Amino acid sequence: MARFLAPEAFSAATEDLSLLPFNLERTGTSQYLVSNMVGDFIRLTEGELNRLVDLQIQPGDGLYEKAYAAHLVTGTNQKAQRQLLAARLRSRMGFLQQVTPLHIFVVTLRCEHSCPYCQVSRQSTDRSRFDMSEETAMRALDIAFASPATRIKIEFQGGEPLLNFPMIKAIVAAAKARSGKKVDFVIASNLALLDDVVLEFCKANNILLSTSLDGPADLHNKNRPRPGGNSHELAVAGIRRAREVLGSDRVGALMTTTEASLDRVDDIIDEYLQQGLDGIFLRPLSPFGFAIKTKQFAKYDAQKWLGFYERGLRRVLDINRQGTPFREFYAALLLTRMLSDRPIGYVDLRSPAGAGLGALVYNYDGSVFASDEGRMLAETGDNAFRLGHVDQDSYNSLILSDKLIGAISSSLTQCAPECSTCVYESHCGADPVYHHATQGDALGIKPLSAFCARQKGIMGLLLDILENSPEDAAILRRWAAS
Amino acid sequence: MTLPLYGTASHSAGFCSDKARSVVRLRAVESSAERHAADFALARTSVEVLRAIEANWPSIFVVSDGSIDLPSTFDGRLVAVPLKYNYLGDGDVLGFDHSSKKFRTLFRRNSAHNSFLITERCNNYCLMCSQPPKDVDDRWILSEIKESLPLIDPATRALTFTGGETLSDCEDFIAVLTECRDRLPTTAIQVLTNGRAFANSEIVDAWKAIGHPNLMAAIPVYASVDHVHDHVVQAKGAFDETVLGILKLKDRGQRVEIRVVLHALTAPIIEETGRWIARNLPFVDHVALMGLENTGFAIANDAMLWMDPMDYSDGLAKAVDYLSAAGVNVSVYNLPKCVLPKSVWPHAVQSISDWKNGFVDECNRCDEKNNCSGFFTTGRPRFSRGVRAISSPHHEFDSRGLASTASGE
Repeated sequence: MARFLAPEAFSAATEDLSLLPFNLERTGTSQYLVSNMVGDFIRLTEGELNRLVDLQIQPGDGLYEKAYAAHLVTGTNQKAQRQLLAARLRSRMGFLQQVTPLHIFVVTLRCEHSCPYCQVSRQSTDRSRFDMSEETAMRALDIAFASPATRIKIEFQGGEPLLNFPMIKAIVAAAKARSGKKVDFVIASNLALLDDVVLEFCKANNILLSTSLDGPADLHNKNRPRPGGNSHELAVAGIRRAREVLGSDRVGALMTTTEASLDRVDDIIDEYLQQGLDGIFLRPLSPFGFAIKTKQFAKYDAQKWLGFYERGLRRVLDINRQGTPFREFYAALLLTRMLSDRPIGYVDLRSPAGAGLGALVYNYDGSVFASDEGRMLAETGDNAFRLGHVDQDSYNSLILSDKLIGAISSSLTQCAPECSTCVYESHCGADPVYHHATQGDALGIKPLSAFCARQKGIMGLLLDILENSPEDAAILRRWAAS
Repeated sequence: MTLPLYGTASHSAGFCSDKARSVVRLRAVESSAERHAADFALARTSVEVLRAIEANWPSIFVVSDGSIDLPSTFDGRLVAVPLKYNYLGDGDVLGFDHSSKKFRTLFRRNSAHNSFLITERCNNYCLMCSQPPKDVDDRWILSEIKESLPLIDPATRALTFTGGETLSDCEDFIAVLTECRDRLPTTAIQVLTNGRAFANSEIVDAWKAIGHPNLMAAIPVYASVDHVHDHVVQAKGAFDETVLGILKLKDRGQRVEIRVVLHALTAPIIEETGRWIARNLPFVDHVALMGLENTGFAIANDAMLWMDPMDYSDGLAKAVDYLSAAGVNVSVYNLPKCVLPKSVWPHAVQSISDWKNGFVDECNRCDEKNNCSGFFTTGRPRFSRGVRAISSPHHEFDSRGLASTASGE
């Protein structure tokens, strides 16, 4: 029998080691959070970090093992470490293979609500001015079907899209008559006008309903005034009816946070639970509905919002610990990115940005926008994200427009100042529309960005729970698993 | 007890001398299946021998400790083996060496655990190898397997190819697998390999080109760190090649199982290894976390390798958790349920091949015996201090002394 060799015989010499790219952030006195190229996190002390950077590490010292398993170092002649990172990065960026999977049709700008946070609605009864024409709709459909994605989602928005229900029917029929793509449909509606005819149509065409529910009746009705002051009553009745007819997984609700919401996160979550919904998306205050007086105001606002978010997340975790599965969907999205390599193409959480590449918006008048927020900006006179018009443009001319290419290429987190070295970069996204709206620049100065403050705040919170609260961590891991 | 798969015939006659070896398939005397030149009538008594001759069998295989009287008119081939090989049955295949009269059972039709050894050569030299490698020219084994394949029941559900390193003679072995595709397309084919050959893209392409509908490469990964794996397999650079090989196989849509053998070098870090696989290789088709078979080199290195499973069961449970949470199909092999945390039970499978599987007296009092891996009977079995009969359902008492029956145990 040949002799067996001791462990030392298989150690790499220091001169055969190379560092792999990583980002870091100081988290306390000589404590660092470190992330590798695909966003796996480890904690190092300052001493460890210095030894790592100087490659003063050797097999068996514990730090070598930690750094090697986390893909921070490789043998210079090894290939597997780099190939693993490459394979994982390719998987994480896989959403780029489905170009423009979402097409938003603003079939009317009219609405019977008069929400103060809405920048786009008109209460006009003048159909000809604010409804999408069939000609415009069909040209928009041509563009949607020219996008490369094999499966697209057509989302009907408004205004209140049910005010132009005939156009929804016409677009669904025309889309179904075309071949070459699998098409899913969503109607984003306040459900005030939901009736059996609409429900039957949704059922027959497998259409998903997405509605607004801002919280309990007093808060919801304050945020969302309509004649009769019964927005909440109608939304809740609509959700119940839709669950009965379409199935509980065929209707979802979104909330908008206003200043009045900030102290009421428990009430808001309880309202969602009461309506039998399986989770809540705690969304930030939209910068488009609020005056941005100073950049510092935006930052301060983010801190207030983070307080609201953390209280909400902890309430949601309580609910889970008591045995009711219920998710906070924004955390679930981030956790999927932090704990897996599944490609997440959520428009605000990707770089290259989701503007245009993730979604196109066809306005009632035929103008085409790179995002829904881009359309809102145009309503206040800023056409930075108006890419063209269905009468003059094709899919290619819209996607290859200087405006879109400029916005996307100038906002890449992979090379933006502050982003490219950020420990959370792998899990974050470029949001050129937000930064244009708040700072007049698609890239923006990230230390002044409320988007950045929120992202770092939430990811820091999630990491803290994952590392320090085993029971809650198990719940969070389940959200990331499916 | 261990089935004897090797042996020496007590008698043989009628084999021609221009060939050193023959592959033999056993058939029931009354079998009406089409006869192949390799077929022998299987007889256990003189009466059966006579019936075989009446049925015009040109070749007869006798399992008996008694003397067999053959009519002088019989001039066909004859092999006689002792009664301890009585497990042999219709459809079984053996390799027989003419001059030494040594034989090896290659295939047992009624077993779910058939494996073909491809070679004893290997470019790893694992500290716990159950089949210690030998640097010998054993390419005759592949020829024997090629000869055996047409004799194997096409309804066979699973077949394993093992070594040595199965890809040592890559081209010839891939030809064997290609023949499996044609002859055994519905059989699940598992190939145990250290995966290092797959670092070469040409070999991965050839593997893909086999196109067997149910082919799996089972590849060991012992750690998330290069030098730990390399030490276990005693080959510097092995980790890099193995991981690269797994990536290339999956890149080409091939099925891969990762195997982790648990012993004192790998078990204390199994939580970390499990987490690393879950994070980096969640796309593999199966992960098997395997108790050590205490035979071969494992005996020689016992002092370095033995670790009571009770001492790593927590880490094992966490590894299983990480892997299942990542959606990875994970199993625990070769470890009896009594040494495993309950959370691992759904993953614990009866993995030990029937011919080397056994139980201890304590198991006769255990309610889980029929759903348990039991133990290896090979080598020098070592038993955990945690081995004890499980009785279910458990009656557990809460703080007020009220009995509650735990279900699902």
